[in-house]
Amino acid sequence: MAEIALKSLAHSYLDAPGSPQDYAIREMDHVWHQGGAYALLGPSGCGKSTLLNIISGLLEPTRGDVLFDGERVNALPPEARNIAQVFQFPVIYDTMTVYDNLAFPLRNVKTPAARVHERVMEVAEVLELTPQLKRKAKNLTADEKQKVSMGRGLVRDDVSAILFDEPLTVIDPQLKWKLRRKLKEIHQRFEITMVYVTHDQLEASTFADKIAVMYEGQVVQFGTPRELFETPNHTFVGYFIGSPGMNFLEITLRDDRVRVGDSALEVEEGMRRAIEAAPSANVKLGIRPEFIEVHEAPVAGGIEASVEHIQDLGTYAIVDLRLGDTSLKARVEEDQSPPTGRAYLRFPAARLGLYVDEYRVEIDHDESP
Amino acid sequence: MTKVRNNHAWWLILPMLLLVAFSAIIPLMTVVNYSVQDVFDANTRFFTGTEWFREMLNDPALQAAVLRQFAFSLTVLAIEVPLGIGIALLMPKKGWQASAVLILVTMPLLIPWNVVGSIWQIFTRGDIGLMGWSLRELGYGYNITASPVDAWATIILMDVWHWTPLIALLCYSGLRSIPDAYYQAARIDRASQWSVFRYIQLPKLTNVLVIGVLLRFMHSFMIYAEPFVLTGGGPGSSTTFLSQSLTTMAIGQQDLGPSAAFSLIYFLIILLVSWVFYTAIMNMQKDKPDGGV
Repeated sequence: MAEIALKSLAHSYLDAPGSPQDYAIREMDHVWHQGGAYALLGPSGCGKSTLLNIISGLLEPTRGDVLFDGERVNALPPEARNIAQVFQFPVIYDTMTVYDNLAFPLRNVKTPAARVHERVMEVAEVLELTPQLKRKAKNLTADEKQKVSMGRGLVRDDVSAILFDEPLTVIDPQLKWKLRRKLKEIHQRFEITMVYVTHDQLEASTFADKIAVMYEGQVVQFGTPRELFETPNHTFVGYFIGSPGMNFLEITLRDDRVRVGDSALEVEEGMRRAIEAAPSANVKLGIRPEFIEVHEAPVAGGIEASVEHIQDLGTYAIVDLRLGDTSLKARVEEDQSPPTGRAYLRFPAARLGLYVDEYRVEIDHDESP
Repeated sequence: MTKVRNNHAWWLILPMLLLVAFSAIIPLMTVVNYSVQDVFDANTRFFTGTEWFREMLNDPALQAAVLRQFAFSLTVLAIEVPLGIGIALLMPKKGWQASAVLILVTMPLLIPWNVVGSIWQIFTRGDIGLMGWSLRELGYGYNITASPVDAWATIILMDVWHWTPLIALLCYSGLRSIPDAYYQAARIDRASQWSVFRYIQLPKLTNVLVIGVLLRFMHSFMIYAEPFVLTGGGPGSSTTFLSQSLTTMAIGQQDLGPSAAFSLIYFLIILLVSWVFYTAIMNMQKDKPDGGV
């Protein structure tokens, strides 16, 4: 059982890294608490797997510390770390039976046979592998194999965390949800810290209590699925989470008014002050497609946009809008008829986020909405 | 429902049948033809039935050659397979060293059989050969033309030198195809070096080893040029293997009937042993109906 902390961690695959681009992991701090179910979410190549391999000890970080319960483990090899890892492709020992596969990590440390038997039977029961115990692991289906590789982590009592590196990649879609539920069940039963790497936001949010979103070698936000959705910390989190992603409007301050292109936008006083105070020219407003109010007729405080395309998805429609040079997407529920030609948009103040240099800036909302 | 019965499609296999006939069946049938006849000249021949086969199977010289052949093939397999795996495990995995070692290892495979024989013939000479001379200088009376043990050891050494690279290359490619995740998982499972070999590397090498063992068995069972050049089958008949006995009989003595019968027996032995090898290895991978828990 352990808390895993990463302190000023950075890693580069190059011998002499120079610019930040040379780093697969840019300097970061992070803590995984004991017993949590976490997801590490990000696009391909953002450094998720690198981070996982650093935690399990397959890679030694270029800089910084990996701490297990406050103890520095940088120099410890994976076999000394009490960590289990499940890989993208199921790793099983072909010639062994399922039973021997599950018993393998225990036998390697000379566990008494009776204890091995007890643990293997228990884990097989949980993973629903009992009927397969006598079969050669080679002849199993992909999902059964993946359960076996997971089981090898679970049989050990000394395992403090299980790391999953996109474990459902090769599993059939209809079996994915079953395995995911199984994972959740196992997490509740064994109270093991689990870190689950994926690039699928649905997988991440169904599995994890808290999600760390990685982008260009850094964790840009660590929060619950709801936090990631409602208050993305970074424009990337906004784009990446949600379907479609968050809209970002580049804004300028001209003639004392906040403008998107040429259209003036009514904003709260707090927001206005924050925009005026922004130290950079890179200022954006972010709003989720779900929160944009779309009207067919002009409304007070509404901003005019042209409708480019409507994608009807049954229970709702996604409307592509154009506001000057900016494209927007808005979600219109089925009870409202989507606009044609022109539309008038309103951005509820509470749902509008301010982003300066891609990072979210907290603003004081006015008393009354 | 009426089904049109039309079997004309069978004609489509005719081209294939002709090809196989010319490449395999007809040449083999001429051998079968000779094996059941006693041929004196172009016009005089007698049908002998199974007589040649019985005679060959009861010939003590040929029985000895068969035993010698098995002893040779099994010995070289027993040495070359483990040695080849060992070399493959030690070969560097990347960089210029990998290429350099690959070229060095492949070298013996590129040398023609009778050249190999000549190289070793010179190499083992007591007067000018490096190995022969050195052994004599060290006080061992090495002589392949007089001592059957020396002749045997030299032929085995020569075959190991010539063909171990084949096993090593096959295994090397097999090892390269094992994904890193297997080694990583093994480290996390705290597997020993031996377990990694026993449960990851060796199982992943099964397929290439089946090919390697079959090739090496067939090859070594048909060995001809190298011992012929090196020892000429001697001293006595101590290194006379099957193909040399056959050549002597068919070409030297023009005994077409007996040598045809002998050829067929030879062919069947190779076929049988290869089948047994293959079936045995493939069976190892199946689920056992009552595997113990």
